[in-house]
Amino acid sequence: MNDTQAAVHHHVAPQGFIRKYVFSLDHKVIGLQYYGLALLAVFIGMVLSWLMRLHLGWASLPIPGLHFLSANGAPGNIMTPEYYLSLMTMHGTIMVFFVLTNAPFAGFGNYFLPIQVGAADMAFPRFNMMSFWVTFTAFIVFMLAFFVGDGPPLAGWTAYTPLSSVGGTSGPGEATGQTLWAISIALFCVGQLLGSLNFITTTLDLRTKGMTLARMPLSTWAWFVTACIGLLAFADLLPACILLILDRAFGTSFFNPAGMVVSDQLLKYSGGSPLLWQHLFWFFGHPEVYIAIIPGFGIVSHILCANTRKPLLGGTRVMIGCIIALGFLSYMVWGHHMFVSGLNPFSALLFSVPTLIITIPSTVAVLMWVGSVYGAKLRFNTASLFCLGFISVFISGGISGFFLAQPSTDIFLHATYFVVAHFHFVMAVAAIFGIFAATYFWMPKMIGRMMNETLGKWHFWLTFIGVYCIFMPMHYLGLAANVRRYSAFTDDFLIPLIPVHKFITIAALLTGAAQLIFLWNLFYARFWGPKAPDNPWEATSLEWSTPSSPPPFDNFGGKQIEVFHDAYQYGGAGAKDYVMQTDPASVPAD
Amino acid sequence: MGGKAFAVVLTIITLLSAYFIVAHTWWLPADISTTGPAIDRQMDETMWEAGILFLAGQLVLALFCWQYGDKPGSKIKHWPGGPKPVVAFGIIIVGLEVVALSLLGSKAWGAIYMTPAASDAIHVDVQAEQFAFFFRYAGPDGKFGAVHPELINDASGNYFGLDPRNDEAARDDIVVGSLTIPVNKPILLTLHSKDMIHDFFVPELRIQQDIVPGLEIPVHFTATKTGRWEIVCTQLCGLGHYQMKAYLQVLPQDQFDEWLKQQSGD
Amino acid sequence: MSETHAGTHAALMEASPFGIQSKKLAMWLFIASDAVTFGAVLFGYSFLRVGSLDWSYPFKFSPSIINAFIMTVILLTSSLTMLAGVFAAKAGNKARCLAWMGVTMLLGAIFAILHLREWFHMFDEGWGLFKNPLGGSADFGAGFFGITGLHLTHVVSGVIALAVVALGYNSGRLDKNHVETTSLYWHFVDFVWMFVFPIVYLMNAAR
Repeated sequence: MNDTQAAVHHHVAPQGFIRKYVFSLDHKVIGLQYYGLALLAVFIGMVLSWLMRLHLGWASLPIPGLHFLSANGAPGNIMTPEYYLSLMTMHGTIMVFFVLTNAPFAGFGNYFLPIQVGAADMAFPRFNMMSFWVTFTAFIVFMLAFFVGDGPPLAGWTAYTPLSSVGGTSGPGEATGQTLWAISIALFCVGQLLGSLNFITTTLDLRTKGMTLARMPLSTWAWFVTACIGLLAFADLLPACILLILDRAFGTSFFNPAGMVVSDQLLKYSGGSPLLWQHLFWFFGHPEVYIAIIPGFGIVSHILCANTRKPLLGGTRVMIGCIIALGFLSYMVWGHHMFVSGLNPFSALLFSVPTLIITIPSTVAVLMWVGSVYGAKLRFNTASLFCLGFISVFISGGISGFFLAQPSTDIFLHATYFVVAHFHFVMAVAAIFGIFAATYFWMPKMIGRMMNETLGKWHFWLTFIGVYCIFMPMHYLGLAANVRRYSAFTDDFLIPLIPVHKFITIAALLTGAAQLIFLWNLFYARFWGPKAPDNPWEATSLEWSTPSSPPPFDNFGGKQIEVFHDAYQYGGAGAKDYVMQTDPASVPAD
Repeated sequence: MGGKAFAVVLTIITLLSAYFIVAHTWWLPADISTTGPAIDRQMDETMWEAGILFLAGQLVLALFCWQYGDKPGSKIKHWPGGPKPVVAFGIIIVGLEVVALSLLGSKAWGAIYMTPAASDAIHVDVQAEQFAFFFRYAGPDGKFGAVHPELINDASGNYFGLDPRNDEAARDDIVVGSLTIPVNKPILLTLHSKDMIHDFFVPELRIQQDIVPGLEIPVHFTATKTGRWEIVCTQLCGLGHYQMKAYLQVLPQDQFDEWLKQQSGD
Repeated sequence: MSETHAGTHAALMEASPFGIQSKKLAMWLFIASDAVTFGAVLFGYSFLRVGSLDWSYPFKFSPSIINAFIMTVILLTSSLTMLAGVFAAKAGNKARCLAWMGVTMLLGAIFAILHLREWFHMFDEGWGLFKNPLGGSADFGAGFFGITGLHLTHVVSGVIALAVVALGYNSGRLDKNHVETTSLYWHFVDFVWMFVFPIVYLMNAAR
């Protein structure tokens, strides 16, 4: 082994329950652990959103059992305004961090990146294990905020200062709850940094023979670029959280200006700037939303090709170019969250330029997907339906971005439900659709059993129609100036909009219920699903070349893997219209 | 089978979504400011372009799903001309759109934010706090008294922390809970916050501006219609955020002068 | 090294595009990430300083700037000694490498001691995280102690890391690549100081 070779791992099968399933070094187990954590988190986040939506539609409705969750927050089971804000804060935080950063990237990426590059494991299995358990600890600390002192924080997932930086005087939940939030997020950053290190090193150093960078599947490319973005983005959020903790607990004034009078008390801070928090937060926050969606780009591209039976229009090169452009540009646009925040107005014009330019790679990506459906031999299974759904909701969500990218129209739409519609479409819907597509596609490989297609299709149709019913009306509410983060609508111009909120709430509850179909399908498949063939989708990438489903602990059973093509050798008129990456044969003629 | 169903459902969703926009079922309230029409034009421009892209994207996707299912005998077709024309189309069309929107929109933005207020603008000092807005007029002497945070006392109504005993300019300052202004006159607001970040939003004026503690942020506008509208806080500021509001009262000039005289008399 | 190159052994994997060991690549990635962390903190400090109306300039030439200059020289020298250690390791001279590593650790420890001495001197004068005895901005202390504290943490952990690696190298459990990888971290810590010294000390020199 010379100096330029990556470290070769000698793999010994793990023994014992703890080593195999708890403190496992196996990237597949760790991937499933992340996925399981994300599944738990998404259901908690969804229940929080149901509580929020119920309150918005029917503000004085008692919700049975709510006072068990919080005696202060829901006396007589009726949600207080501050508790609504706390639920909203925890909903946003849990979804953005513990679901959208965990599942598509840490979950599926951990499971499949090593396999897709032909490696036996990640480059640093111990870092990998640590990254999961640090993330898990972050989750525990986060959940503690529900049960301490006067409850969870209410400053939103964006935790703008000084609301979040002066401690308990600014509102209920702002004492211990907000501090726990900051600690949890700081821990989360550390976990993500460890994970990113692993993904990047594995992609660069552990590719098997013949797996040049150009031949890597699009999902792998997406995970790789996401890791690069995350490496730098979380490195910015970590000190921001630490500075926040310093302001809250140690009396510094990074974010607190002089002259603040809260509850009739003049606070002793001076010299700080609330805008500093916004800069530090959004410099992380904007790349973060691309961290949430880029794995979906890669996964959807990958699964789409297996179901259109042809390579992507533009091949892997154009899509990779789009993904890299998005990653790069994502660092230049953070100020578009701050157009009316008090920054120099000229900076708004500056930030809007890269913000509008970033629509170009997004549009090209959509054109490549739609152009790939042209002339395809589309197979409609649940995974491919969620891919098509992803394209549709990404178009919807991306287009509302045009309005928010321009400072002039953002003056009106800022902080309205239009923004809520935009980010839910691209994150809550598109990214989640990517996770669903990945689950239906890869579950046969992960558990060796097929999920039920009928249940899957019910899940898809109810969800697809449901999310449009929930989030499309929010655009209309935003155009009517419906302000966001309101726990109730008491203003003259908002009262006529309450019926729309009621409609949205009902749609949200029904769509939420439809997710139980998915949960049941997972559970059923795990124990009673029919055994999965080795390659149920007739796909070509390396995960379908493993000797078993689930793969053995070292992925390929010790076999040396050699790769001869990229992962999209689909096409040809013969009975077998695909060529595996490991098969030296050439692509069948069309 | 799945493909045709997807195409139909997507088409219905697309057309329904577009309907409510075209029908203006829920829409921006009528504009009452001099700078509003430029913003509304920008909104319309953007809506046209967004609408075309939305309809085109969704309906073409639906069409392809309808046509290109895996039927026996179907053959793979590749996009005629390959990816290059499509990529070029994407870059050029979106690029042009981006340039157009940026150039057109910068004027609408600049008129509000990068133009100084008229020299004869009526100056109103605005203070935001958890959970109310207060407005201060300079009074007959035309001078605002100094603000002392340590003197702020909501209970006694000293919202701005004025010191009328030692500060002559503060003695005649008028402090009220609604923003009363004359129609067709330029108004200059100086926004400041005593505690959290708040926001001053009047949808009909097409004015929205965060109010940041530690900063004094100027915003100016001219109202073109008389009437009463709501000013709402749009930056999360605590538990009372949802009910933090004030009224904007736009009066004919003579009624405003009358009102101001009455306030000064108190 | 391409896939078609016939080496003395069949290539089992694609060559890493950077031609370095995985552990070293990981260290570079960590350095990139840590650079962003320091960048964020330095940005925050600069942002607050530029916006401040009553910034303080407490560092008199003697003793503060001289002390900081000496600390700079010590840290720069420690990078040179670290480099010498890596050269020795690459030449196979384990004993010499360990000696140079020892000198590096000693210099790092001296840096830390001088730094803490300065801190305690400032505490005595009334400086704190939010205390300013000159009556100026409370953020001076927050910025100063925050940035130098973050850097000092990196120096101390670097000394500890060097000690751990030296012990491992001595016993044969670790090799020269581990030494080189750790040296990258040490150089990074020195590199960051080259920003901290001018921004936090020189720009706050008493005028």
